[in-house]
Amino acid sequence: MLEAIGIESVEQLFAGIPENLRLRRLLDIPPGLTEPELIRFFRGAADRNATDYTSFLGAGVYRHHIPVVIDTLISRSEFYTAYTPYQAEIAQGTLQAIFEFQTFITQLTGLDVANASLYDGSTGLGEAVLMAHRITKRKKFLIAKSVHPEYRAVVATYARHLGIEIQLVDYTESGRVDNAAIRNAMDTSVAAIVIQSPNFFGTIEEHAEIAAMAHRHGALSIVNVCEAMSLGILKPPQDADIVVGEGQSLGVPMSFGGPHVGFLATREQFVRQMPGRLVGMGEDQLGRRAFVLTLSTREQHIRREKATSNICTNQSLCALMCAIYLSTVGPKGLRETAEQNIRKAHYAVQQIRTRTRHSVLFSGPRFNEFVVQMKDDYASRALRFLRSHIIPGLHIAKFYPELGNSLLVCVTETTSRDQIDAFVKGLE
Amino acid sequence: MTLENKRTSSHFQINELLVFEEGSPGRRAFDLPPLDIPAIPLSEIIAPALLREEIAGMPELGEVDVVRHFTRLSTWNYHIDLGLYPLGSCTMKYNPKINELVARLDGFSMAHPYMPAELTQGALEVQKMLETCLAEISGMDAVTLQPAAGAHGELTGILMIRAYHDSKGRPRRIVLIPDSAHGTNPSSATISGYEVQNIPSTPRGTVDIDRLRQIMNDDVAAIMVTNPNTLGIFESDIAEVCDIMHSHGALVYMDGANLNALMGITRPGDFGIDVLHINLHKTFTTPHGGGGPGSGPVAVKKILEPFLPVPVISLKSGGSYAFEFDRPKSIGKMKAFNGQFGMHVRALCYILANGPEGLKEVSQTAVLNANYIRSKLAAAYDLPYDAPTLHEVVFSDKLQTRFGVHVGDIGKRLMDYGFHPPTVSFPLIVPGAIMIEPTETESRQELDAFIDAMLAIAKEAEENPEIVKTAPHSTRINRVNEAAAARKPVLRWRRS
Repeated sequence: MLEAIGIESVEQLFAGIPENLRLRRLLDIPPGLTEPELIRFFRGAADRNATDYTSFLGAGVYRHHIPVVIDTLISRSEFYTAYTPYQAEIAQGTLQAIFEFQTFITQLTGLDVANASLYDGSTGLGEAVLMAHRITKRKKFLIAKSVHPEYRAVVATYARHLGIEIQLVDYTESGRVDNAAIRNAMDTSVAAIVIQSPNFFGTIEEHAEIAAMAHRHGALSIVNVCEAMSLGILKPPQDADIVVGEGQSLGVPMSFGGPHVGFLATREQFVRQMPGRLVGMGEDQLGRRAFVLTLSTREQHIRREKATSNICTNQSLCALMCAIYLSTVGPKGLRETAEQNIRKAHYAVQQIRTRTRHSVLFSGPRFNEFVVQMKDDYASRALRFLRSHIIPGLHIAKFYPELGNSLLVCVTETTSRDQIDAFVKGLE
Repeated sequence: MTLENKRTSSHFQINELLVFEEGSPGRRAFDLPPLDIPAIPLSEIIAPALLREEIAGMPELGEVDVVRHFTRLSTWNYHIDLGLYPLGSCTMKYNPKINELVARLDGFSMAHPYMPAELTQGALEVQKMLETCLAEISGMDAVTLQPAAGAHGELTGILMIRAYHDSKGRPRRIVLIPDSAHGTNPSSATISGYEVQNIPSTPRGTVDIDRLRQIMNDDVAAIMVTNPNTLGIFESDIAEVCDIMHSHGALVYMDGANLNALMGITRPGDFGIDVLHINLHKTFTTPHGGGGPGSGPVAVKKILEPFLPVPVISLKSGGSYAFEFDRPKSIGKMKAFNGQFGMHVRALCYILANGPEGLKEVSQTAVLNANYIRSKLAAAYDLPYDAPTLHEVVFSDKLQTRFGVHVGDIGKRLMDYGFHPPTVSFPLIVPGAIMIEPTETESRQELDAFIDAMLAIAKEAEENPEIVKTAPHSTRINRVNEAAAARKPVLRWRRS
């Protein structure tokens, strides 16, 4: 090859790099490992992460059963080693699967259209806020304090330099957003009301009423859904203008927080203001059904600084996991799974209320999470839980100091009665 | 009977329906374990008014239906395990299988991000080790793994630059971007509240340093460079570019898309870069997944360290790792939780598999392969910039346009030869750009097959342009009418 190029050594190919900028030594990283050594190293690291604990953690990342076929199918190199499907003729597999994902999201949310996915729910909410800002040309956002605190933090980062003003709206004793506070704060400067349902406390919001309040003042309603499983049984927020959320619950591993998959659905009229990729159905030259990335004139590679977003990837493979998940469980399996979440969380709440002296906060309806306010010191109890291999949920004092010693607890279809009973016993 | 009619295709090649058009009521691929708690009526638990009807239009399928459907779809994709992807700036290299195995270990894939730190030391150790390796490879002082993708990393980097200038009392107004830059660069700068000013390239294809000196003023916050740039040319004046910026108190951002040319050869930190993002899905072999997930860690110099997004992984005195959130100057959170962890595991696996000698060899071979293609195609395709190039080479369709054949046609015709097209029509400064990056993982045999295909197409363009202009001819579908699809977008299936 050197001869074909007309040089004598590979070194010559780097002649364009000034001598004084060259690295004169080897990189100081660990020496190369063989396959058996790599497996040993990573098994060792993975073993230093606990796997034999009963976990009651939720708060935006959920333990649901992941059907085996998902990993079988996404492990096909045709899917996972393929590039972004810009060349439609040789990427119909990815394109059709994403089109199916988009359709599933519209079915779940009850809205007209959905995009090809976003990085995750939190950045999706950031994008939804920017989108509402573009549509309304208004700058003030009312955001419920019961929206996931990390999501709110991401929105703050995204909005900081665009003159966007964020006003937080408190929650009431029901755990729901304070409607009266929204009513008082509403005027024609408000771009959108942002709520989450089920919210961070697990409480189901009255999204139709909130959407109506937004629309009375020409504002948009944005509903964030961290727990997509809830859409399998709860009335979807179809009065909202933008429904954005996290699809991890639908077949995507928890993976210590990522990669997961954001989704964003909206009304037909706002399609051209959407961020992210879109797959459309069309035809080839012979009139055969074909799928293709479309409306790309919104995107950065065409519009550069005028683009609707700087995003140039979606979470294709994770969106594929969701599409396979929903195809596998079907409408009945999805509903049954979601129903078991409601039932088991309810059982846990009842048990805690009857058998312990702690309070389960908030009177509003719940999906699969709830808040337990403890009457005693948390640290010693947490230690006891961990000793008996139970992770008792998320201590939320960091996010909501006003709730004192409170745990956000999640119970899903994967949590057995024995596990719930052991947890309740630990609270006694 | 015509020849066309005699040709048969297996039914799924032409006729796999949408998943919503398949299945039948009552088919199912999934059963829940029976409820192990008292089955009280649901209406006593939750108000029926809050519940929806069964979702209309969702498919009902058996397991074999699901498997066949998605397997058939998969066969319609080109992919790296099938052959070369010469996409310039995308670094489509082979994804080692060991990466997939280690990322799926239960301790990683089943870890919840809110688990107590003492139960996730293995995951934190992997992340810290990756940070340390990336800092060494890039010659920078600190790394955040938070950003979800390259463009997200860019946004993170520019927000940090902005926070830095804010801390000095003035955010400044302008970000300079060469005209050869990726589209995400101007877009990220705009979201950070900056005005974008383009700077032209010289006839050599590098940043015009005299022009830079003229336009430089104290309102410029930063310059965003790509090095090697999108023409594959190393910016030989990069140290001077950095000096000019620094002398005005401005910073230098580097798009690390092309890091594959530099590993173990030269380090951005050593030539004066203040902040760069790294695409794990390019240089560090995490799979593209058909468009994501990616991962875009950001590496910075000491002066920017206080502004890193939260959380930062810190090593505590007892030798254990923990997330640190209390960072008053931080730009805040870029993404919930803790980055695209699954990608971090894969990238670290790749780095450890190669070691220092291996990574250097990666860059050398990537550059060798690109130059081999360059030398073999230079007679058949126009080379608009003849400066030495590293890991990629940009030709143009100038010679072929004489016969009415354009870059897009050449790309489509390559499909008939069994290859994915190169990056076409980018960078924007080259009309009809054909941007080729073979990466180091291709054998000479594969490169020769690609070269032969490109030469054959150049010949066809001259002798039989029609066959190129109407390509592809051997794919399952031919060209999609994109204008029609965009005019009346159909973005979802509906029951007709």
